[in-house]
Amino acid sequence: MNKEELIPQIGVVKEIVQETGDVKSFHVVGLDGKPIFKNIPGQCAMVSVPGVGEGMFSITSAPQNPDYNEFSIKKCGHLTSWLHDMEEGQEILVRGPYGNGFPVDTDFRGKDLVFIAGGIGLAPLRSIINYCRANPENYGHLDIIYGSRTKEDLVKRKEIEEEWAKDPHCSVYLTIDREEEGWDGHVGFVPTYASELGLSLDKIIIICGPPIMIHFTLEGLKKQGFKTSQVYTTMEMRMKCGIGKCGRCNIGDKYVCKDGPVFRYDKLDLLPPEF
Amino acid sequence: MQDELIRRACELLEDGTVNRVLGWQKGQFVYDITPAVFTSVEEVKNNFVYNDFCGANLSKYLRSESEKEGKVLVFLKPCDTYSFNQLLTEYKIHRDNVYAVGIECYGKADVEKLRAKGIDCITDVKNENGTLKISTIYGEESVPAMDVMAERCLNCKSKKHVAYDELIGEDGEVLDSHRFDEVEEIEKMSAEERFKFWQSQLSKCIRCNACRNVCPACTCEKCVFDNYDSGAFNKAPANSFEESMFHIIRAFHVAGRCTDCGECSRVCPEHIPLHLLNRKFIKDYNELYGPFMAGAEVGQVSPVVDYTKDKDAEASVVQKGGAE
Amino acid sequence: MIVKVAYSDLNKVLDAISANEKLYLPVDNAAGQAEFKPYTEGVQMSKQLNTLRSAKDFFFPQVQPMVKFRREGKHIDIFDERSESEDYVIFGARACDVRSFDVLDNVFLADPVDTYYENRRKHATIVSLACNRPAETCFCGSFGIDAAKPAGDVQAWIVGDDFCMEPVTEKGQKLIDSIKDVLTEGDQAAVDAQIEKIHEILDRLPLKDVKPVDNRDKELEVFNSPKWAELSSHCLGCGACTFVCPTCQCFDIEDFTGNNHTIERYRCWDSCMYNDFTMMAAGTPRKTQKERFRQRFMHKLVYYPIKNDGMYSCVGCGRCLKKCPIQMNIVKVMKALEEDAE
Repeated sequence: MNKEELIPQIGVVKEIVQETGDVKSFHVVGLDGKPIFKNIPGQCAMVSVPGVGEGMFSITSAPQNPDYNEFSIKKCGHLTSWLHDMEEGQEILVRGPYGNGFPVDTDFRGKDLVFIAGGIGLAPLRSIINYCRANPENYGHLDIIYGSRTKEDLVKRKEIEEEWAKDPHCSVYLTIDREEEGWDGHVGFVPTYASELGLSLDKIIIICGPPIMIHFTLEGLKKQGFKTSQVYTTMEMRMKCGIGKCGRCNIGDKYVCKDGPVFRYDKLDLLPPEF
Repeated sequence: MQDELIRRACELLEDGTVNRVLGWQKGQFVYDITPAVFTSVEEVKNNFVYNDFCGANLSKYLRSESEKEGKVLVFLKPCDTYSFNQLLTEYKIHRDNVYAVGIECYGKADVEKLRAKGIDCITDVKNENGTLKISTIYGEESVPAMDVMAERCLNCKSKKHVAYDELIGEDGEVLDSHRFDEVEEIEKMSAEERFKFWQSQLSKCIRCNACRNVCPACTCEKCVFDNYDSGAFNKAPANSFEESMFHIIRAFHVAGRCTDCGECSRVCPEHIPLHLLNRKFIKDYNELYGPFMAGAEVGQVSPVVDYTKDKDAEASVVQKGGAE
Repeated sequence: MIVKVAYSDLNKVLDAISANEKLYLPVDNAAGQAEFKPYTEGVQMSKQLNTLRSAKDFFFPQVQPMVKFRREGKHIDIFDERSESEDYVIFGARACDVRSFDVLDNVFLADPVDTYYENRRKHATIVSLACNRPAETCFCGSFGIDAAKPAGDVQAWIVGDDFCMEPVTEKGQKLIDSIKDVLTEGDQAAVDAQIEKIHEILDRLPLKDVKPVDNRDKELEVFNSPKWAELSSHCLGCGACTFVCPTCQCFDIEDFTGNNHTIERYRCWDSCMYNDFTMMAAGTPRKTQKERFRQRFMHKLVYYPIKNDGMYSCVGCGRCLKKCPIQMNIVKVMKALEEDAE
């Protein structure tokens, strides 16, 4: 019998990193100790535990990571709670990678990129940020605007402050929603912060976060003169198969699992607003 | 009869008694009739239909309709009035927002029975004094209406309207029907035969949920079978035993509330005689607790929940942990 | 080349086929409904126009076991128990169901190929049967299907007292060759006359003028049509239409924990009409029955054609017309969309 895409393979959880109160990162390798797959930044994979459930998660590790595939996962349901409670060395099931990923070899080449993320929305962008940082000759400057409710909710804060902020190709702008003891950085919502920065209009925007944040950020960008054809996002819908067959993650005629999850906003505008 | 209903609906719309009409809408054929809400005299005149195929029980739709602004006119056949009362008993319908018009019913035809007689490609059916004159593209046919009447109508339990604001036509009587005959046949079977009978029936189930969704007694906001966290969630049977569980649990859940309207069997695409499960409960209730008909009156309580600690029930049933 | 057997001797053909491979055909069950059943000696083929359930079950059964797991402590074992299907014959499928296989192929055989479906599909030989007496609910002609030439690997006609067959594909020729002992040469002219006769009936069907509108370039317009609210207003949200539909292919994947820590992952039919179909922790993008109802018909009449070169995901079999508890169905939707287009 040929390989069946819907039958997963075993992944071993080599390391678990507590990122925030409710986000953990899981480093996963195959039984041979190597990464299970090589992904395009922005792609997703199905992670499951037999008898518990299966879910689609964005791959947070960059393609060039030689050691493992990483998933940063927020605890919010049945499966994610189980994953949060497991210990290192646990075997889980993985299949993928799925979806189109960001156009890193085409539309993004030679461009200045602005990453705007809120909360766990950083997870899908981390892969592409580290990919671009590893290939600086192919991309212009990287602006990273990232906000969360509190400083404790900033995912990968250590990496952001110690690696990204020190990278000459990157400018990092962190913000939290409200004043907090021990925080001397920017305070305020992401959409306002993004508007205040006066981003030059030739940049490409990649945005990921809660719908309300995306909505207001997009409004602000449009007001500044950005075209929707300059803005990319990654979508989330309920999925079961991940390969465009089970019929539930469509936005109009596009399946988020196969034709997405990355969409350019002007293309999204042509589809039924059902997401 | 249809003309009379249309005339009255238009009157009530025009004099402002109601602002819309819940009735049956014409389809492409004589039998493919859809429950619908009409908001204007024009719509009623053009699309309202009442004929031998208006089997759908409209009372379930009152659940959402009666929550809307203004009064809704609803046409209820005698058996539908029982569902109406039962829903009122369970506080699922806002009575003040409903204007109920009881209408006579002489039994509805089952188009599947026509097809089973080899009459297909039906283009029209007319009832001429109890005889159905059927036009098909292959020619004309004629069948006594009784021969193709729905099972639930052949075993009609009552021609009496137990609730209405006004009546069009005559009110009838509660009938001494033969609706328990088939249940008795099943009771006579050995346990093994009975199990085989139900397994062969229920294994046809495709779990489309039509029976549940059409049932006026199934009014849960979220069904236990749809609730992932309930432990009973399932969409498809893992084995044939599990499939029977869906229907048996559902029958238990509507026991004492089911009015035997027969919608479950009418809509089952696989023609599973689901009403027999409900009738078994009704029959048992009658035999164990005395005659009881859900929906006969508003506010009546099902015998199995109408116990008092001292009078009826064993202490072990009422008291947590058994006797005091 | 046409071959034939006397209709009264049809079981000779069935016996000959089933001597070589497993054979399924429409048979009347105890309740008088036709369903596809394995052939056993003496079983009569149903005379009904169509089976209650569609023929998609052969390739896409309601419940499909996929893979088994065992989980003990931190360790997981995977048991891939797929095995190559045996060859089998589907006998007496109608033109609508035969076309539905093409519709399903576009989904399940697209990259990455679904091996569960492919396995059953490639081992099947399909003998189709022309519809001598179509029903008022039939509208396969709306999708360019000819009920008089039902395609498949072998197509067959009942012509008077004869059962005539014509191989259409190599697979079909092989099947005919394997049973040639019970066949005699048929009469092309008689078959042509039968086809003519069927065409005359098809021309008189009440739904013959129902035509799908090519709305591939009007996705948003159709989506935003005010008609959806009215069409869906009394939809019960059951899945009867979906489950009797030969082209509905949505599925769910779930785990069933049995005994001995063995966990069976299976897929089962699912319906976009259900409220939990797109439910996520944060809610669902299709909040009311209107959105769910619209999704089903947009998929069949707009989304699927966009993805598949204008092919519709409906074959006009009429099962949903017969089975919808409230008699709301794709023909009523198509007519409403046709009004919009005018």
